[in-house]
Amino acid sequence: MAPMNVIVCVKQIPDPATPGALDPGTNTLKRDGKLILDESDSYGVEMALQLVTTAGGGEVSIVSMAPNGETSGMRTALAMGAAKGVLVSDPALQGSDALTTAKVLAAAIQRAGGADLIIAATESSDGYTGVVPEQMAEVLGLPSVTFAKKVVVEGETLKVDRQTEEGYDEVTCPLPALISVTAGVVEPRYPSFKGIMAAKSKPIDTVTAADLGVMPVGWAGSGQEIVNVGQAEARAAGEIVEDDGEGFTKVVALLEKLKVI
Amino acid sequence: MTNVWVFAQSSGDGVTTATLELLTKARSLGEVSAFVVGDASAVADALGEYGATKVYATGDVGGKLPGVAGASAMKAVIDGGETPDLILFPQSYEGRDVMARLSVKLDRTVLTNNVDIAADGGKVTVTTPIFGGNTLVTTAFSGPAPYIAAFRPKSFAAEPAGSGGAEVVSAPVPDTGATGSATVTAVHVEEHSGPKLDEAAVVVSGGRGLGEAAKYEMVEELAKLLKGAPGASRAIVDAGWVPYSYQVGQTGKVVKPNVYIAAGISGATQHMVGMKGAKNIIAINKDKEAPIFGIADLGIVGDVHKVLPKLIEALKSR
Repeated sequence: MAPMNVIVCVKQIPDPATPGALDPGTNTLKRDGKLILDESDSYGVEMALQLVTTAGGGEVSIVSMAPNGETSGMRTALAMGAAKGVLVSDPALQGSDALTTAKVLAAAIQRAGGADLIIAATESSDGYTGVVPEQMAEVLGLPSVTFAKKVVVEGETLKVDRQTEEGYDEVTCPLPALISVTAGVVEPRYPSFKGIMAAKSKPIDTVTAADLGVMPVGWAGSGQEIVNVGQAEARAAGEIVEDDGEGFTKVVALLEKLKVI
Repeated sequence: MTNVWVFAQSSGDGVTTATLELLTKARSLGEVSAFVVGDASAVADALGEYGATKVYATGDVGGKLPGVAGASAMKAVIDGGETPDLILFPQSYEGRDVMARLSVKLDRTVLTNNVDIAADGGKVTVTTPIFGGNTLVTTAFSGPAPYIAAFRPKSFAAEPAGSGGAEVVSAPVPDTGATGSATVTAVHVEEHSGPKLDEAAVVVSGGRGLGEAAKYEMVEELAKLLKGAPGASRAIVDAGWVPYSYQVGQTGKVVKPNVYIAAGISGATQHMVGMKGAKNIIAINKDKEAPIFGIADLGIVGDVHKVLPKLIEALKSR
């Protein structure tokens, strides 16, 4: 089989275990502090590594964008086995909308030399606009298959099982192409100690949006402005009881009251 | 008069409920046109009944995925002189793909995951719930129209307009070259018995607290006893215990049943946004600090492996 080069777009996000917060000045999600690899991106990294292995040659590159030069999430992907990365790091990127993000990532993909296949997650776990992969495909002029849950490469053709609302579709698509993969599509490997050590010296090419020629970015390039942040109507506090072996009777009583049974 | 386009999606024998909801809302904003990828003959009447006066239809796209086909056809109509002010999409797989492609073609931002829209003069704002729906962010479009936005299912109530049929206008897909070449070769529909997850009056969902895939049977049994539909958190869908079509939440179905029972679900943001609109929420979870208890009408702090079997027994013996 011919060697295959794959680029995976990853997002580095605040640890989802800590509660999210908005920056009071800008009303955007706070993304300062330590950022980690978005778990939903680990599936794309794993799939890329498997496809390259199956092809018998080629390499996996990582592309990411972060306002603050953070690379720890990218290092996780490199530790899993990716060869190199391009990080677009630029304070000017703060406030960028999905479209600007897609333009920046598309430019970074070109800087990384392009690829036979570009992989992204279906959406990030923190901002979840869910449109960036398809926007990147349009910027790059590539065909795309979103919501891929199984991917096989046969020569110059991708065969994808694509998740749908009612089941799944089998889709064929010529390479080069872009896919977005659902979580659970493969089992992401844990980086080995050797992998973690090797990742420290793998190259990450750090550039600004201006280096890539994408202007304007951040608030200036965004076609949207946040005008209000409010609290949703809170649900009235309910009754919380410790199960003493008879907790189910409370459920039965409520279902009766609601005339469900 | 505001010119509003609604991306219309068909499903089996008709139009998706999310499409009808959007058409209903769109009527209050201006003059409504629907845009269909595919043949419109089966759906034009329904679209007209819910307020579309015009239906653009690409005609058969030969199995091509709708993202490139739909966006290219929309762009061609706009290049031909039509001037939509708003282009509204259901938050669905197809909707997401088409609006993403269109946003690049028109060089316009997109705002997704919305639950409301308001137009005040030329200013258009949309509302998006974040952090599990506890916080509502209102965002205004800036720059030139058209404004592109997507809305979650069940954001609006669908009501027929009592109006007549819509005029069908052909909007063929221009040559899209290699970009538009992804093609569906086979369609698989998962069989379901019982009510549909997003239409059921009772939904019983299971999460990681069930411990293992085999225990999901308890969730299915309880759902069946209550004539409801079984659902799932993303965690157990990702783990492969149940198919994706069971998933309730941000990436899955949005449900608003009369009763929602969450068994062994802690209540991640991603799950809560899909179910917090339920009229009554019952949560069973071992961890009394689980966020799900913050929105539950009745919370049982206990082991699902003990509570569910007793509950099932009690219901069976009635």
